[in-house]
Amino acid sequence: MSVPVRTLFFAAYRDRLGLSELTVELDQGATVADLVSELRGRGSPFDILPEQPAVAVNRTYAMMAEPLGAGDEVAFIPPVAGG
Amino acid sequence: MIFARVASDVIDPAEVLARVGSDRDGATLLFLGVVRDHADDRPVSGMCYDAYQEMAGDVLRTIAEEAAERLGTDRIAVVHRFGELAIGDVSVAIAVSSPHRGEAYEASRYVIEEIKERLPVWKKEHYVDGDSEWVEGTVPPGTAAGAASGAESRVSSAAVGPRSDKA
Repeated sequence: MSVPVRTLFFAAYRDRLGLSELTVELDQGATVADLVSELRGRGSPFDILPEQPAVAVNRTYAMMAEPLGAGDEVAFIPPVAGG
Repeated sequence: MIFARVASDVIDPAEVLARVGSDRDGATLLFLGVVRDHADDRPVSGMCYDAYQEMAGDVLRTIAEEAAERLGTDRIAVVHRFGELAIGDVSVAIAVSSPHRGEAYEASRYVIEEIKERLPVWKKEHYVDGDSEWVEGTVPPGTAAGAASGAESRVSSAAVGPRSDKA
């Protein structure tokens, strides 16, 4: 059974990918690392995403081993520049 | 009372300032981040801020709560704006009040430094020559990218503790 995950892209990532949101189907038990390799494996333009990106899962910063479940929201966070 | 907000509305500094202050506070401080007309030597005509609004509101509140816990004053109000801003527009306002000036200065500094470390907000500079570029940012701690770049250690060194020269 596949698990749908909502991915979000901001700022430079959104500009370079040409999209702000994408639903990705992952295998049960998938992690952030699996999501990153699934996207990067699609080739251009997704290969602009770093191998070890900063991400937030459900609005909290997370590491690559973070497990993902159905309906999770994963945001790819380019280096931040508030202020 | 702690107040934290990330929104596209124009920031009214007086309104942010009015959220802090109490009879036991002898110091009130207002910090404004303002869009300037240059980046290094390159003339800038404006700035576009992007925000992960739903997350940024929570992160901003957490930062303000940390400042309150470390410095012992909960009179902290912080507002960050996103959207298209012109030269001179306020992008962030931080108001703090405390019994003595030291805590207010440190809390204000803590909030702005942590915003730059980890608030999910980005800015694109529009240059007078017509070009635009995303400003180079900081990798937030608590992420794979952050661990790789040593952001974890940056955060601990940036942490502000209680004043040691209080006496």
